[in-house]
Parts: sequence; structure tokens; C-alpha cells
Amino acid sequence: MSNSPVDASLSLDALRAGDRNEFARLVDLFSGKIYRLALQITGNTQDAEDVLQETFLKAFHALPKFEGRSSLSTWLYRIAVNEALMILRQQKTQFSLFEDNDSGEEKDNVDLQLVDWCCLPETELQSTETRRVLDEAVQRLSPALRLVFLLRDVEGLSVKDTADALGITESAVKVRLLRARLRLREELSAYFSERMEKSS
Amino acid sequence: MSDQKHCHDLMETLSDYVDGDLSPVLCEELERHLRECPNCRIVVNTLRKTIELYQKETQEETLPSDVRERLFRRLDLTSFLK
Repeated sequence: MSNSPVDASLSLDALRAGDRNEFARLVDLFSGKIYRLALQITGNTQDAEDVLQETFLKAFHALPKFEGRSSLSTWLYRIAVNEALMILRQQKTQFSLFEDNDSGEEKDNVDLQLVDWCCLPETELQSTETRRVLDEAVQRLSPALRLVFLLRDVEGLSVKDTADALGITESAVKVRLLRARLRLREELSAYFSERMEKSS
Repeated sequence: MSDQKHCHDLMETLSDYVDGDLSPVLCEELERHLRECPNCRIVVNTLRKTIELYQKETQEETLPSDVRERLFRRLDLTSFLK
């Protein structure tokens, strides 16, 4: 089990004993991350808020039995992912955690964009327009790729914790992560390439 | 790209490389290739920058105060709202 510095700052004994003050600290430490993840999965603020509330309600009731086999954050992410998927299933949204090919043997047939946009000014890289492009690009990933990318690269979970939170193997996480990263890189390269052409 | 085999191998190990999880031997081999292949350097640099942009975007986001307030009420934690 990996234990983040944030996890380590909380008293597991107090949480298991139902200490309200410690639980409020847990909520403040993780609610922003859980809400953001829920928003990226469900795509709307009302559903994300429902996921957020249900996640902490379930966590509070389950904490006395929490054995600590995974870190607290991984455990919370797992509850949140399940809650979000349940909401999507109720809405009959197609959202599968399974990829047809996790072996990595089948390659993406993409023509790589070879434009070096790294040296663009930070104002360009972090503009409102760029943020919109980033959000749209991640939403275009398949759900299975999107979740791995969000947990590993955006929320900073380890490969093992990402695998635990999603109930998939570590090798599947690695295969999906590479695909997700390459696809996002392609999308951003296409966008920035166009911007560079316009400004030249 | 200058050396198709090396470029193909690079794609396979790209994630491990940018995460710093590649073995020292493979890492050295890749870096030797990167010094000679400008196209692969672009792929590596823009991939790193892509991840960095998503991480930066996330750091700036916080939980909206009204969402936090409703969450604390639902959890019966209103006495801890500050």
C-alpha cells in the first residue's frame, strides 16, 4: 500500500472511531479532488455533486471497517468511481471500463504530429481557449482511457493505486496510459500547430 | 524519423521514460537515440508538456464554496464550516 503525505496527516484510529472533527478534515482534504474527478466522468455539475456527497456518506459509514489495505485516497477514489458509474448506468449512458485490447500489441495507427510547441509563451499555453481545448480533448478519450489518465496523471495516483481503484491490472493501466497520453499529445499538437501557423 | 526501429522502440517505452521508471540501460540507449533524432525529441518534449498542462490546470481548481457548504450540511458537519 502506498501512503501519501496527505493520508499520513490523518489519524486512521480517530476516523474509524467516528471522530467528526477528523472526518471533517478528511472531507476538506479530498473533496476538491473527488468533485473534479466526478465532474470529468459525469460531465455535469449536478451529477458531480451527487457523487461527491454519496462518496463521503458511504465512506463515513464504511470507515469503521476500513482495513487499510489500500491508502485512504485510493479507497475514496474507488468509491467515487463506482458512484459515478452507477449514476451513468442509471442514465443509460454507455460507459465501459473495459478496453478491447489491453495487451499493447495492437498499435495506434496515427501519423505523429511533429510540431514543437513547447516554447510557446505561457500566456498562450494557459489561455482560456487552451483550457477549453484541454477539457474537450480529455472528454473525447474513451471512458476506459480517460479514467486511467485522470487518476494517474491528473490526480497523481501511482500505477498500482490506479489499478486498485479501477479493478484492472497494472499492465492494463500502463497500456491505457500510454494511449491516452499519445492521443492527448496529438490533439494538443494539432491545436497549437494551427495557432503557430496563424501567428506566423 | 531517422531510425525507424529506434523510433518504434521509443514509442513503446515512452510512458516509463517520462515517468522516470525506465531501467538505466534502456534509459541510456533512448537518450543516445534522442540526441540523434530531432523528431523523437519533439514527441518526448510535447508529451511531457501535455501532461504538465493538465496538471497545472488541475492545481488551479478548488471546490466551489456553495458545493462545499451543501456537502458539509449533508454530512451533518455544519459546525465545522468555516
